[in-house]
Amino acid sequence: MRNILHSDCNSFYASVECLYRPEIRDKPVAVGGDPENRHGVILTKNEIAKRFGIKTGQTTWQAKQLCPELMVIPPNFSLYKRFSDMTREIYLEYTSKVEPFGLDEAWLDVTGCVPNDKTGMATAREISNKIKNELGITVSIGVSYNKIFAKLGSDYKKPDAITEINRSNFKDIVWPLPVGDLLYVGKATRRKLSGIGVHTIGELANTPRGVLTDIFGKWGDILYTFSNGYDSSPVSEYTENSDVKSVGNSTTAPKDLTSEQDVDIVMNVLCDSVSRRMRESGLKGRTVSISVRDCNLFSFTRQRKLDEFTNITSEITRAAIRLFRDSYDWSHSIRSVGVSVSDLTSDTTAQQISFFEDPNKNIKLEKLDLAIDGLKNRFGTFAVCPAIMLIDKKLSGFDPIQEHTIHPVGFFK
Amino acid sequence: MTEKKFVEVTAYYDSEGNISPLVIHWGDGSEYEIDKITDIRKAASLKSGGAGIRYTCRIKGQMRYLFLDDKRWFIEKIG
Ligand SMILES: [Mg+2]
Repeated sequence: MRNILHSDCNSFYASVECLYRPEIRDKPVAVGGDPENRHGVILTKNEIAKRFGIKTGQTTWQAKQLCPELMVIPPNFSLYKRFSDMTREIYLEYTSKVEPFGLDEAWLDVTGCVPNDKTGMATAREISNKIKNELGITVSIGVSYNKIFAKLGSDYKKPDAITEINRSNFKDIVWPLPVGDLLYVGKATRRKLSGIGVHTIGELANTPRGVLTDIFGKWGDILYTFSNGYDSSPVSEYTENSDVKSVGNSTTAPKDLTSEQDVDIVMNVLCDSVSRRMRESGLKGRTVSISVRDCNLFSFTRQRKLDEFTNITSEITRAAIRLFRDSYDWSHSIRSVGVSVSDLTSDTTAQQISFFEDPNKNIKLEKLDLAIDGLKNRFGTFAVCPAIMLIDKKLSGFDPIQEHTIHPVGFFK
Repeated sequence: MTEKKFVEVTAYYDSEGNISPLVIHWGDGSEYEIDKITDIRKAASLKSGGAGIRYTCRIKGQMRYLFLDDKRWFIEKIG
């Protein structure tokens, strides 16, 4: 079952403004257009302003009439963008499957990304605390097995709350909600549903699929799927730009790494994932890079060019570990480690056979990887592993590859 | 000190881009050398209003939080 989080920054613009202006925190605050301008509208309001009936989309002068002492602050989008980027950096510490939805919301698929014993709820609590401590704002998080219910969970209780919607409680939590709460259900859909006596998500879920497709066509099918929790759309992989220039994985370790053995274990997990992904995508690479961040947030990256293109797990692992040993003096313990391989080429590119090396050696190693990939695809990532990973299962027990290896884009993009 | 105080800082940038503040210039001409940085982490300052990298500094035997918020440095107000 998937572990999906939907995280939503509460009153985002207003919260950032209130962080920077302690003197207005206990006053009604809104971010919006100039009240002198008749077309200026409220973009966000804080909890206190909400109590005065201030709503997003109201014109600023209307809002001022409802609450004359309302502080209206002009938007500072570059500041909000910075905070949005900082939230995403935190999300990316947990998974590479981070799908932003506007500046202040994102889905995260954390299935298998964290040590085995940690639930989606525990991860949500960790993320919520981290955002509070590091950014000084709060989030509401929904935890569920599909994106639609995760989103409903983040809306369910605000601010600064976490709601889990699972297979045993969704009928109690989701079904009594009005259909309009469902993602993408707008006024027109709501009106048509109301015409057939459907007002809640539960009533929608219990309407025969055929009735819905008769009225809405393919959209009816989606409504049926959403309301019953059958949505299986994946959380997209986060990419700055979509063409692949490198294949990489990084992790913030469940505990600080204090020895070369600790680093070896984590490197084995990361390199296994990176090289498997390269093989899945039919790629080989020639430059191995590592990134290391210590417990003081000091970081460095190092890269080394290999003699030949490769996607062999043992070669990439060996190169990454050697690069680390050559470049770290252990002045501090280590918080996070990353590995990536760049300088990519198709795995069908003809290989130059090295003059001094046994050409059959690589073929043997490639066959070995092929056999291991087969086992892992059938029995899971942990089916086969180097013995070193058994030394500390807390460190080795995360699975950067996960079950879903196809990454089509979001819902209707 | 009651307000958030932006300060000038002399800092050391290493070749990886990591930043270590060395001296705080107090605006009135006085300078405070940072004797030791005991902790560095990302943090928000609810007291002074801001967020960024927080350096816990020992200056003349006293602990102070020095923040690097985007590109500007400030000392968190005390009390
Ligand atoms: Mg929000």
